[in-house]
Amino acid sequence: MAKKKSLGKETYLHWYESMLLMRKFEEKASQLYIQRKFTGFLHLYIGQEAVVAGSVSATTENDNMITAYRCHAHPLGRGTDPKKVMAELYGKVTGLCKGKGGSMHMFDKERRIFGGHGIVGGQIPLGAGIAFAEKYKGTKNVTLTYMGDGAVRQGALHETFNMAMTWKLPVVFIIENNQYAMGTSVERTSNVTDLYKLGCAYDMPSEPVDGMTCEAVHDAVSRAVDRARKGEGPTLLEMKTYRYKGHSMSDPRKYRTKEEEEAYKKLDPIEKVLKTIKDKKYASAKQIEEINKRVKQQVEEAVKFAEESPLPSPEDIYNDVYSEPNYPFIKE
Amino acid sequence: MKILQFREALNEAMCEEMERDENVYLMGEEVAEYNGAYKVSKGMLDKFGPKRVIDTPISELGFAGIGVGSAMNGMRPIIEFMTFNFSLVGIDQIINNAAKMYNMSGGQYNVPIVFRGPTGSAGQLAATHSQNFESWYANCPGLKVVVPSNPKDAKGLLKSAIRDNDPVIFMESEQMYGDKGEVPEGEYLIPLGVANVIKKGTDITFVSFGKILKVAQAAAEELEKEGVSVEVIDLRTVRPIDYDTIIESIKKTNRMVIVEEAWPLGNISTELTYMIQKRAFDYLDAPVRRVTNADVPMSFSMPLVEATLPSVEKVIAAAKDVLYVEK
Ligand SMILES: Cc1ncc(C[n+]2csc(CCOP(=O)(O)OP(=O)(O)O)c2C)c(N)n1
Ligand SMILES: [Mg+2]
Repeated sequence: MAKKKSLGKETYLHWYESMLLMRKFEEKASQLYIQRKFTGFLHLYIGQEAVVAGSVSATTENDNMITAYRCHAHPLGRGTDPKKVMAELYGKVTGLCKGKGGSMHMFDKERRIFGGHGIVGGQIPLGAGIAFAEKYKGTKNVTLTYMGDGAVRQGALHETFNMAMTWKLPVVFIIENNQYAMGTSVERTSNVTDLYKLGCAYDMPSEPVDGMTCEAVHDAVSRAVDRARKGEGPTLLEMKTYRYKGHSMSDPRKYRTKEEEEAYKKLDPIEKVLKTIKDKKYASAKQIEEINKRVKQQVEEAVKFAEESPLPSPEDIYNDVYSEPNYPFIKE
Repeated sequence: MKILQFREALNEAMCEEMERDENVYLMGEEVAEYNGAYKVSKGMLDKFGPKRVIDTPISELGFAGIGVGSAMNGMRPIIEFMTFNFSLVGIDQIINNAAKMYNMSGGQYNVPIVFRGPTGSAGQLAATHSQNFESWYANCPGLKVVVPSNPKDAKGLLKSAIRDNDPVIFMESEQMYGDKGEVPEGEYLIPLGVANVIKKGTDITFVSFGKILKVAQAAAEELEKEGVSVEVIDLRTVRPIDYDTIIESIKKTNRMVIVEEAWPLGNISTELTYMIQKRAFDYLDAPVRRVTNADVPMSFSMPLVEATLPSVEKVIAAAKDVLYVEK
């Protein structure tokens, strides 16, 4: 425990493959959405992948994750079968949540993913609550609680920070600061634009992190997780990142410039990891090509699986509402 | 008459009232620079400037309360919720403050505020983004609750809501914003609390409100083809409810189906049904039926969405039950 994982070849190759899967999966999902293979909202994580990749490498499979509705990358990063994520986008019974949740609500209990949540900020207290349970049970498991830069303006954040600090809950609050909440830039929402400073009012260890770089994310999360495991309580990490795409699929992105978008794409986390792999000769061109192929195939298989899977049947609406088996619904 | 989209009618209502009264302002997420998440406030920032068209952070509890406080001190705010699902984050300010202030202060502080935004389902948006709280708000004394179904009503009712001296919940629909309809030229108001008999009929009455009224209307058209004369009533306001118009209709048709997008337990249909049995018991030729959402949260997948929402088929089936005819 609390030992810093070495960042060797394996980690880099894992980061590369994992982030490439997130990227290719979502690029495909976006195409399929445009072809109207499924509807609803579709919020893409493209550009932000290092935040999940670096958190996954800094934690174990017993640690918990909870996030908002931009939630495809988190389960994929934790090893959820892409087939199940894609099938959920399609609303199929074989999806992660049997087609009940859709794009905004990816839950994978097996991998300790406590969901994608649609009410902005609603997951912040939940994350602290999940951590509360771990502390109560006396485990060493830590809970990573993700939120957007927009979500930090919810009052629930302050109540939760205060209690999480007072009770030294083993939680890491991770702000995915992609600089916009829909069309609203961080500067337009507050005088406090360094979001990590929000922890300071509660004496919570808080720091800004380069969220476009896996190493920086990994290091910061590792430190925070160590602290939590030692019983020292929560940490706030502000990941400075960027979403390359619009808020959802119907966003013309008029609130920012093409130049700004291009500048961030130059910091692409996948490109950076690939460069290190090449520079340090962690893999040959052929091996990299194999990874690329494997990812491509995984995405293709996910689409095929989703397309071929059955839709739920109408009577399914009465399942999974109560855990009690014969709940007397009003049916007239 | 002119043809306007629902969103344009709302926009006109807000602009006219802001021109008329400088204490009216609009506040909410993305209402100003982004021109509204659903473009209802398009152009309003340019017209009125940032003092009166105000973008907020995602802080519903805060800006709902700031709205209420300002209304206690002379303002007439229009607070937009991106959808009413998110009003739950701020509902404490609505129920405990906006709705109570006039009474608690012994009539000293009234709260002339409008909370507006879309309600209900809007495609496959799943459990937290597809909810109807009309009956929740309507349950609370101190509030008025308006749920328009077409552009003309939307404009006339919103203007009345803004001029009202009490808090008004004004509920729209993402799926109606693009609807076009005739809107009178020039100024007009539609009073709150008056239902609209959209279509006269003699055999059965359909009562509905808001977006789902269209389902009732489509079912009525189908039934007309089979020779059934359907009266269709749009409640327009679910607090106060225009009971008299409903009772009058049932005294004529003796049969009623209520169509409501909401969970069944303790909703507006339940309330109407109580009042009907109390005031028109002897006129009923069949039990009143309602077609509502299924008694479940809204799921994402399409077959589940369809199974959950009221539909033309479900309304026709209920009507035929009430008419005692073969299906
Ligand atoms: C309580 C609440 N208010 C408003 C919304 C509508 N909404 C959905 S996403 C969003 C922006 C959130 O931005 P941010 O937290 O920065 O997350 P990002 O989308 O950038 O990942 C808004 C306003 C919502 N879902 N919930
Ligand atoms: Mg953001």
